[in-house]
Amino acid sequence: MLSPAILLAAVLNGLMTGAVYALVALGLTLIYGVLHIINFAHGALLTAAMFAAFFAHKLLGLDPYIAVVFVAPLFFLLGYGLQRFIIGPAAHGEDRNILLVTLGLAVVIENALLYAFRADTRTINLPYAFDVVEVGPAFLALPRIVAFVLAFAVALGLWLMMRWTDTGKAIRAVAKEKLGAELAGIEVAHIYAVTFGLGTACVAIAACLLIPSYYVNPHAGNAFVLIAFTIVVLGGMGSVAGALIGGLFVGVVESLSGYYLGESLGQISIFVMFILVLLFRPSGLFGERA
Amino acid sequence: MSRQFLPVSRRRFLQSTALGAAATVTGVLSAPAVLRAQGAPVKIGVLHPVSGALSYSGQQGRIGAVMAIDEINSAGGIKALGGAKIEPMLGDAQSTPEGGNAEVEKMNAASVAAIVGGYASSICLSASQTAARYDLPYIVDVGVVDSIVTRGLKNTFRFGPGFGVIAKTALDNLVTLNDQAGKPAKTVMIVHEDSAFGSGLAKLLNTQLPERGFEILETIPHPTPTRDFNNVVLKIKAQNPDLVIPANYYNEYVLLARTMQQQRVRPKGIYSVLGGAASSYKFVKEFPEAAQYIMDCNHWFDPKNPKALALKKKVEEKNEFYTYEVYMNYSCVLLLADAIERAAAADRAKIIAALEGSTFAGHVMPYGPTRFVNGQNQGAAPVNTQVLSNDIQVIFPASFASAKPVFPMPRA
Amino acid sequence: MRRFASTLAVVALLSTVPLITSSNVVLNFLVVALLIALVGQGWNLLGGYGGQYSFGHAAFFGTGAYATAVLQVRYGINAWLGFGIGIAAGALVGALIGALSFRYGLKGSYFALVTLAFAEVLRIIASVAPATGAGVGTLIKLDLRPEAFQFQSRAPFYWIVLGLVGVSLMLVRIIEDSRFGAYLVAVRENEDAAEALGVNTTIVKLGAMTISAAITAAGGCFYAQYFLFVDAGIAYGPWISVEALLAPIIGGVGTVFGPLLGALVVKTLGEFAKLATGDAPGLDLVIYGCVLILVVAVAPRGIAGILSDLRHRVLAPKTAAPASLGRGHG
Repeated sequence: MLSPAILLAAVLNGLMTGAVYALVALGLTLIYGVLHIINFAHGALLTAAMFAAFFAHKLLGLDPYIAVVFVAPLFFLLGYGLQRFIIGPAAHGEDRNILLVTLGLAVVIENALLYAFRADTRTINLPYAFDVVEVGPAFLALPRIVAFVLAFAVALGLWLMMRWTDTGKAIRAVAKEKLGAELAGIEVAHIYAVTFGLGTACVAIAACLLIPSYYVNPHAGNAFVLIAFTIVVLGGMGSVAGALIGGLFVGVVESLSGYYLGESLGQISIFVMFILVLLFRPSGLFGERA
Repeated sequence: MSRQFLPVSRRRFLQSTALGAAATVTGVLSAPAVLRAQGAPVKIGVLHPVSGALSYSGQQGRIGAVMAIDEINSAGGIKALGGAKIEPMLGDAQSTPEGGNAEVEKMNAASVAAIVGGYASSICLSASQTAARYDLPYIVDVGVVDSIVTRGLKNTFRFGPGFGVIAKTALDNLVTLNDQAGKPAKTVMIVHEDSAFGSGLAKLLNTQLPERGFEILETIPHPTPTRDFNNVVLKIKAQNPDLVIPANYYNEYVLLARTMQQQRVRPKGIYSVLGGAASSYKFVKEFPEAAQYIMDCNHWFDPKNPKALALKKKVEEKNEFYTYEVYMNYSCVLLLADAIERAAAADRAKIIAALEGSTFAGHVMPYGPTRFVNGQNQGAAPVNTQVLSNDIQVIFPASFASAKPVFPMPRA
Repeated sequence: MRRFASTLAVVALLSTVPLITSSNVVLNFLVVALLIALVGQGWNLLGGYGGQYSFGHAAFFGTGAYATAVLQVRYGINAWLGFGIGIAAGALVGALIGALSFRYGLKGSYFALVTLAFAEVLRIIASVAPATGAGVGTLIKLDLRPEAFQFQSRAPFYWIVLGLVGVSLMLVRIIEDSRFGAYLVAVRENEDAAEALGVNTTIVKLGAMTISAAITAAGGCFYAQYFLFVDAGIAYGPWISVEALLAPIIGGVGTVFGPLLGALVVKTLGEFAKLATGDAPGLDLVIYGCVLILVVAVAPRGIAGILSDLRHRVLAPKTAAPASLGRGHG
């Protein structure tokens, strides 16, 4: 069982899964890094995006990799609207209220999906979903490889955007020093909303990449939330590179511990890692020292 | 999608909430006195987790129960009570024991004659216990843990099999299957979900499989939900067992089966015990290649019973899948209606007595003669199915079989 | 004794409920609401008064629940004794988690997330450990005798949980008026300043966490006795961590009655939502979520905040300033 071939396959599996986790975490880390809110609605938004990708395929015949071009901007707008018109105003700036508002949103979104689409598990069966690429002993499914590559592409795109565009700089300014940014003329409420929108768009991309290999029902997104939080903390809150590397790292750790401890007990490694990072290096791998 | 609401009558409005119940009881708002006349409807509670994590199963269970009630009512209701109609009181257990508990209280306050449902073992345990306080008959629709019927509760009945019976039947049939094919299978790997039913089943299998001459290479528990099965499949690939025995819920089963297909892992047989999707029309329809030749030992309807087939047609006409929750709940409601007929009263104690002595044969399940001992129907049993030619056939026992098993799985 | 006047009045009033109504629907509803109020009061001490928000109070609830259940089922220990041991066990877990977290200086979101992680670790262990029954959970045998902490009628359960809530209310009131309470609030308002003034903030936080854990664990022990079944998801699942913080925040953090008010409001809201929407799955929860958001929007300092504003307006209309620093702020 300890054979290097199997080990390699487990590591590769971990990297593939980790890439998708990274995309989910990317949205969360952006939102936390700038707005300093723990977004309880993240899982529900992921679920909503997965439904969108599902229906894009079912009703319009769109392949998820094409649908993402429409779903991501749509969810950007959704996220923008949520922050600008619901979360921001309702919370009056209090952290604990933001918590409850995102919690309330999570309940609303998840149950609206349940009410509208019922509880059935939906899947899409794409012709290439079972194509594999052989890498040594591992058969890597094509959709997972695509997800892996795209995760890097999105992370890179996001990083470049944060570095070089005016909006990106504004976002970083607000994250670092809100009052100063405001005095410099940046409209903070707008930037907050843009950030939330970007975070939601990332989650939407993750959804489109997940749907070929996974399934969707009103509760599907919840399974990814805690692991996304772990990655955000591990990688450093607000760090794009951290989310990506953190995601891959967590994916591999989950894979190996699942292999050696069993899938149930293996999950413990994620949280033990979470605790260790929080205790000994809370700013994460790439975060700024608190 | 159109949702069909049951009209909320004023009486139900008052009785179906805690506040309403308080108001009624304290006489603040008084409901009109209900005369116990001939023909007054018989209220029964229909409890399912229609929201929360178990919502699909709850939804399916409710469909089966409501269909049975509609059928009984259109056939003239309860004849012994002058054609009294059955009036369902639908409850949402919200996939938690507290939710189920609260609903049972409301149903009791609304004077239901009996309750059917629960679905999940943890909900059934709590709900039936609460019902026991009021000597309210409770018929468990699915919940398989053995402790449901070993608590000495007089009010609790289970029409379907518990996992002790399921495990034994599964193993007996496996041995038969293996012997008939010339004993090609020796090594086994078990993949099970880690809550009540999966763990309980795995424990039984772990003691009984070696006794029957099989070697368990590994037992792999996994949580519900599990995001990815690639490593589990990797282990299966590495150890190459003759048989894989999955015991889990629908979503995880589908992921496992698809991942096995992706990784080109093809053991001699996939022999599920209470496999979530292994005997599911939905799975067969959506993933025909991954589903081919999969065997299951699970709840199933009697394929030779015309009533079962008629129900199947009706369900499929509504664009629903004919899942086990549907026909098990359907059968439980019919069982209850029969008990009410024989009790000739919507009286809880009489219904319990009628259930205890029930020999009901008008159900759609492939069971032996109905006989309740300590609340467990002794005739209840699972059957073995296999997916053959994009359809699900019964392969054991011979009395209900509609096809011969194909084992070992042919090479792809 | 005067300071307990309002607490005693409320408890006395509530204790008459089983005498007025025999509806088990109402009693069950109130038992669950009071249970949440108890669990929430535990959270409130650490989060509302101490400013340390925990996302993992399930860790204490579950420890209490499992301790009671497992001791009874596996070791035949008396239920009442088990209850006491469960509270102690919960307090111990709180002390351990607190010691680790505060020793390493975790605050704010980091603290919240670490508590969440600890709760998840416990959940996973409970789901595989043979001692807790692993996936199958632990079922306490039905034994309707007072010696076994089980009762035929709902009323004794109601009075017991009401009593526990009453004790928690008085405890918080005592703390509020004590030096320890002052230190705790100082830590909440400005930890660095408190430290500079000589307050041992780590010890203070640790103390609050231990007491908080004990209160929540009592809720867990009670749950086990009332529902007689515990498994990993029930004991350590996120649902109870959410309930633990929802009630106090809605009711008013850092106030004595906040969790009780919040629990009653939130549970009643759930019932109304079910009432309004009939049998459609999910719709009642959509309404529930929307109203939750609205309540937060109009009552940012919780219901206690609204009540205290009203009180100021009525009692001192000329000086009707918004509530000053202190209770419920932060």
